[in-house]
Amino acid sequence: MRIIAILLTYVFINNFILVKFLGLCPFIGVSKNSESAVGMGLAVTFVTGTASVVCWCIYHGLLEPFGLQYLQTIAFILVIAALVQLVEMVLKKMSPSLYKALGIFLPLITTNCAVLGIAIINIDESYNLIESFAAGIAAGIGFTMAIILMSNIREQLELKPVRKSFKGVPIAFISAGIMALAFMAFDNSLLTNLHLA
Amino acid sequence: MKANIKELTKGIFKENPTFIIMLGMCPTLAVTTQLVNAIGMGAGVLFVLLFSNIFISLLKNVIPNSVRIPCYVVVIASFVTIVQMVFHAYLPSIYEALGVYLPLIVVNCIILGRAEAFANKNTVLDSAFDAIGMGIGFTLALSLIAIIRESFGAGTITFFAIGGWDGIIKVPFFNKWPIRVMTLAAGALLLMGYLKAFFNWNTERKARKAEEVKA
Repeated sequence: MRIIAILLTYVFINNFILVKFLGLCPFIGVSKNSESAVGMGLAVTFVTGTASVVCWCIYHGLLEPFGLQYLQTIAFILVIAALVQLVEMVLKKMSPSLYKALGIFLPLITTNCAVLGIAIINIDESYNLIESFAAGIAAGIGFTMAIILMSNIREQLELKPVRKSFKGVPIAFISAGIMALAFMAFDNSLLTNLHLA
Repeated sequence: MKANIKELTKGIFKENPTFIIMLGMCPTLAVTTQLVNAIGMGAGVLFVLLFSNIFISLLKNVIPNSVRIPCYVVVIASFVTIVQMVFHAYLPSIYEALGVYLPLIVVNCIILGRAEAFANKNTVLDSAFDAIGMGIGFTLALSLIAIIRESFGAGTITFFAIGGWDGIIKVPFFNKWPIRVMTLAAGALLLMGYLKAFFNWNTERKARKAEEVKA
């Protein structure tokens, strides 16, 4: 039950982009066409999932027993950077086709707030290992959903007459704002109504 | 000295990190619900930016080119940890309000961007001035967004509490009938869109004027 609540929370109620503003840079930068949006979304989901698990293990297995919690930020960002490199190498070896699809997005992910964000949130909310993994995957799915929706909107906007000063980024932000308004429909009462809270 | 002043002012107006280069958007929108949080975030970023720029500029001949990004990240993360500890000890209310966005200064693109684009090519003094300019530009941009969002959305402008004054200015009209959506996520995105459009229009207008003068 708790897992379902976590999934719903991070996909809809606390959607990383539209509610928490984590990962806004790739959201605006890579949402120009839907193909790259899908690639970016999958790459982020993959990394948030693995990073959640690895960072949880590092924190509870290494930092906490030795009383080094203050190194959290440094340790996590290094782990994430190394992990992204590793994922890149493994993908290159194991699945060249997937690497081809995700390859160019992977280096960008190190500096994506969403990945470090979910790692820190998992610790703050004191989730256990499985819950952390669920939160990581859910955050990635929420990100993917938002970026795919956005890329479709932007593909349509290309064809429409937009004032010159609004072209590109400003109209993307305004569209995202309207999407965020729609996402306000999801709040904690959703969990209460489903008897999950 | 004149060149230094130029490094300083370019970050505030011409290359404002938030409105012109559009870097570090995540904290920009997340923490600007109250002016005091925006100033706290701006101060944190300014500190990290200044010291990481100085250190990276000092170490630019030592760091091997192929592993430079991880090196920068470690330097930046160390200063972020210092900021976290200082805020936790002396400004607990702001520490609470900034929450997860305080450690996320590590992945703020402005800091890594300045390290990569400026500090590893320029002298220590120039890098320090560049950092101060960019930091002030970031703080001013955050404050502008926060003032607009808070005064429309909550009808107040919250400063630091000084002495007997609680640091809250009440905005007439909006205090009674606030536009709540401005303090929520949707309002932030909408406002950012309109502000960016305004700055685009402004740049365009200036370019046109320069063209006319030339003609």
